Amino acid sequence: MSGSGRGDVHVRRYSGSARLNHWIMAISFVLLLLSGLSLFHPSLFFLSGIFGGGATVRWLHPWVGLVFAVTFLLLFVRFLPANLPERTDIAWLARLKHVLAGRDEYLPEVGKYNAGQKLVFWLQFILVPILLVTGFGLWEPGLKWAEATFSFKATMDQKRMAALLHAIAAVAAITIWIVHVYAAIWVRGTISAMTRGTVSGGWGWRHHRKWLKTEVSEGRVEKKSGTAPAE
Amino acid sequence: MATFQPLDVVRKSATVTAAPPAKRGVEVAKLIDVSKCIGCKACQSACLEWNNLKEPVGTNAGVYDNPHDLTPATWTLMRFTEYENPKSGNLEWLIRKDGCMHCEDPGCLKACPAPGAIVQYANGIVDFQKEHCIGCGYCEKGCPFNIPRISQVDNKAYKCTLCSDRIAIGQQPACAKVCPTHAISFGTKAEMVAHAEKSITVLKARGYDKAGLYNPPGVNGTHVMYVLHHADQPQLYANLAQTPRISPLVEAWKGVSKYAGMAVIGATALVGALHYFLKGPNEVTDHDEAEAKRLAETKK
Repeated sequence: MSGSGRGDVHVRRYSGSARLNHWIMAISFVLLLLSGLSLFHPSLFFLSGIFGGGATVRWLHPWVGLVFAVTFLLLFVRFLPANLPERTDIAWLARLKHVLAGRDEYLPEVGKYNAGQKLVFWLQFILVPILLVTGFGLWEPGLKWAEATFSFKATMDQKRMAALLHAIAAVAAITIWIVHVYAAIWVRGTISAMTRGTVSGGWGWRHHRKWLKTEVSEGRVEKKSGTAPAE
Repeated sequence: MATFQPLDVVRKSATVTAAPPAKRGVEVAKLIDVSKCIGCKACQSACLEWNNLKEPVGTNAGVYDNPHDLTPATWTLMRFTEYENPKSGNLEWLIRKDGCMHCEDPGCLKACPAPGAIVQYANGIVDFQKEHCIGCGYCEKGCPFNIPRISQVDNKAYKCTLCSDRIAIGQQPACAKVCPTHAISFGTKAEMVAHAEKSITVLKARGYDKAGLYNPPGVNGTHVMYVLHHADQPQLYANLAQTPRISPLVEAWKGVSKYAGMAVIGATALVGALHYFLKGPNEVTDHDEAEAKRLAETKK
């Protein structure tokens, strides 16, 4: 793995609090996915066993959902400035063929996030509020709270619509999540960004050159000479 | 005590394995002749007594309906409507015994995510199996008649069982047994349809030319049927559904979204796996690292 110069330059990508925020959100998402799918399709009902049965899933899922929604909002605010659309995003998307082939040299230089990552960010930004609102519509204590707070009483057809939309939005969110997780695995060197908080300079050069250049020019890049970090 | 056995079940909620051989037994039905009802609520009392239910003492809102709605402990409820018939000028007191209709195509069973929590027996009865119920309330959304209620005490869904425990040992439902005017009858579905015909003939002779049987085809018929004097206007009877059917929203939720959703998720994961096998990982090259190092050094 290690060649000449590999791993010499390390760039900080996520602070400890950003990683903590991300992982609380990620764990709650996985719990939501497992518990939600257990009630989505009969062949997946066995997943409710992880939580101690369907009755536990029924009351646990909404609370985990609230944790997810709050941590998503915090992460959204934190990552928003770096996810604003740019002109290069269109060029990047137009060359999706090269993206999928891993030919980063044919892609425009991108900042902290490429257009694909921004799409994940913005699509989840649309889906999470839908899931939150429709989730309340399926949650008896949540509906009671909504009635007491906003004197909003859902009709049966609204609850049915909530169930349908919740399922559709969840499928979309899970699909986007698969893309997100796959990209992190496929693009080698990415996961350390969320585990140790840093990426190698080469990773930055290859995938987020504009971002790397900014980090270097602003003197935020630590160069460790001599000691090679654990690979 | 004889109860229904597993082979008596023809349909089971949230169960993808093949149902047992569809040997439909003789289908049963309860017939409620609204024109014969005097509103004595003996059926309500009998239901509470047989099923050992305790409805808490409520409040009087100035109407006869008591309690005001179906509850986890009130599985059947007399609903009273005062109707001024514009044709005859008469005030008609329409009293309908509300409760589970035991649909041939049960929306509750379709919506239920807990395997075996809702079953349909070979005789047509739709029954909740408390031990499998998870209290999610999907049955409420599936029901076209707004019948199931979730208990705040044990988080289980409750509704009329059609006294399945009595029927299993050859008894009629408790409500039918106590009805003093024989407004409630119980027998095979064919018998009950024939019985209704006689009542309808009599009603028509009395001038109710729109009298008829309420056995809605939108849910493939029901195992609780009404004889109505105004069968053309079921909504007169405390908003009895005119053309009940499982909501298209529920059909989409439990049909296409379920299968398409699983397919989309599965296909995405599959495409990811294929992409990895075909293209291999996107590795950072030594050249990339060298360039980064050069960049970092030029800055220093």
